[in-house]
Amino acid sequence: MSQVPVMPTTQAPPPDEFETVPSGKIYGLMAEFDTPGALMIAAERVRDAGYRWWDCHTPFAVHGLDKAMGIKPTILPILVFVCGLAGATMGTVLQWFTNSSSFDLWSGLPGIMVRGYEFFISGKPASSFPTWIPVIFELTILFAALSAVGLMLLFNGLPRLYHPCFKSKNFARATDDRFFLVIEARDPKFVRSKAEAFLGSLDPLSIEALED
Amino acid sequence: MMANGATPESHRLGELGSKVFFIAGLIGLAGLLISFAIAALSEHGWETFGRSYLTAFMFVLSLSLGAFFFTALNHATRAGWVVVLRRFSEAVASNFVWLWILFIPLAACMYWTHMYHWTDAEALAHDELLAGKTPFLNKPFWLLLAAAFFGIWFLFSRFFYNNSVAQDTTGDVSLTHRMQRMAPLALIVYVFTQSYASMHWMMSLEPHWFSTMYPVYFFAGTCCAYFSLQIIIMYVLQRAGKLKDEITLEHYQDAGKLLFAFGIVFWAYIAFSQYMLIYYANIPEETGWYLIRQMGGWGRISLLLLVGHFVVPFLILLSKHPKRIKGVIAGIACWMLFMHYIDLYWLIMPRIPTEAMATAESYNQLAEMAAAGDIDVGYGWNLLDLTCLIGVVGIYLAGTAHRLKNCSLIPEQDPRLSESLVFENV
Repeated sequence: MSQVPVMPTTQAPPPDEFETVPSGKIYGLMAEFDTPGALMIAAERVRDAGYRWWDCHTPFAVHGLDKAMGIKPTILPILVFVCGLAGATMGTVLQWFTNSSSFDLWSGLPGIMVRGYEFFISGKPASSFPTWIPVIFELTILFAALSAVGLMLLFNGLPRLYHPCFKSKNFARATDDRFFLVIEARDPKFVRSKAEAFLGSLDPLSIEALED
Repeated sequence: MMANGATPESHRLGELGSKVFFIAGLIGLAGLLISFAIAALSEHGWETFGRSYLTAFMFVLSLSLGAFFFTALNHATRAGWVVVLRRFSEAVASNFVWLWILFIPLAACMYWTHMYHWTDAEALAHDELLAGKTPFLNKPFWLLLAAAFFGIWFLFSRFFYNNSVAQDTTGDVSLTHRMQRMAPLALIVYVFTQSYASMHWMMSLEPHWFSTMYPVYFFAGTCCAYFSLQIIIMYVLQRAGKLKDEITLEHYQDAGKLLFAFGIVFWAYIAFSQYMLIYYANIPEETGWYLIRQMGGWGRISLLLLVGHFVVPFLILLSKHPKRIKGVIAGIACWMLFMHYIDLYWLIMPRIPTEAMATAESYNQLAEMAAAGDIDVGYGWNLLDLTCLIGVVGIYLAGTAHRLKNCSLIPEQDPRLSESLVFENV
């Protein structure tokens, strides 16, 4: 049997002795809500209950949900700034080195000589800062933009070809008109029966267990 | 939505408007009268006055031009977030209905003094380059274009202001459609009028020099000016207890973004583009303009612009957090407005010492002469700079307060008002 049936809320929970240890068999529990408001209230309750590994899925951006979930501000902007600075530095050093014959790289090492070549263009001095600015500017933008996209994907765990949520039939409506909240089984606080009872108290349309 | 005519107290400028109108108006009048007196009593007074007055006038003109552009832009793009701020730009732009009066002294200076070198018949006789430019640079055409520009700005800004204010009482959505249809035309007309105005009134001070980037640079300046003023208006009104709930931190952040993008980054981009091309081509007839701006006192002002108009505000406003602290963003807006004045001063005041440049043996010799004050590069603060600025800005403040006093501070019945009230940055 490849397909695990969706567990309805009415089904009796498994015996208690299994419940004292976090379940390794399921990915988590998913609660379905009808409105963004209901999801928002539920998110605040889950946040206050102290769960760490959980997420919300909505068809559109819901303003204030970040706050309701207690998500910390991302450090991405700081990293992008640092990468931008790295690009600027690289642009400067690259041109400084390539335009200056006096700047001798690895000159202390025997048998290796790498040095720049002075280009004389329209009577400008070799170290002519204004002419360097376009290259410095472009490299700053390049590094900042690539790092912004790359780190964003990394932090979001993307690209990801499979997600346990997709096993749920109801979840298809996450891109249409339903709002979902998933508590993952790997959460240190996760005890299946308690989590199920807790989600039930949030008054969802349904609760289902997601197979890993 | 409010019932017709019954706007709440916090949507009205009221007492504050009258106070600003009288105090700023009186100070402005006094400033102007003192400026006229100084100019009349001193030798070559009117030529000195002309340049100082031009700086002050371009300063307030750029505020209204920026507001005009922003109003038309918001209608053209059907922007929703900005609706609670749109009345400010409409009112500031509609200063054009009387701003032409302040232009009259300038036109007089152009006509009767040699403030603009190309009006000097003697110079024209000897100077082939100048003579070649007479089809564009001549007194009647200058006056004609100025009249046309002020007429166009008058009609467009009044159109947007009146329709928007009319909508406050009628709530007629077709007014919004009318303004949206007119907006693209206003933008196209804006580009041409402000470009030629900046060429005729500012760039032609050095008639030998030319740069096609100059009008764009001035455009970046007008954006810097109005987006700074917009934040200051928001802050001052909220401090006075107006629009407390309507303007949120989200609006501050977006107003800050505009100042950052147009007034700081775009300005620097254009300033550098212009500098870079002239630096690289290294043609004497172009480089003189920059040469003189990196000598003596002007060198320090150029550096101040680089650091104060770009580097420091860029680093501060890069993050979203400073844009969401009202005191910080308002402080930066004040600083940028000051920098914009310095920028205009830097554009208008320096004079290219043509003779000394032709005879000097080296760059260093010229720089030494400039530093020692042996040649006139136009550097040196004048009392007229201050009195003209106080005079023009005072009148302008009074006029703006008067425009804002006669209407609600937000477009009460704009169809996108509710969108703007709940707007959030994601």
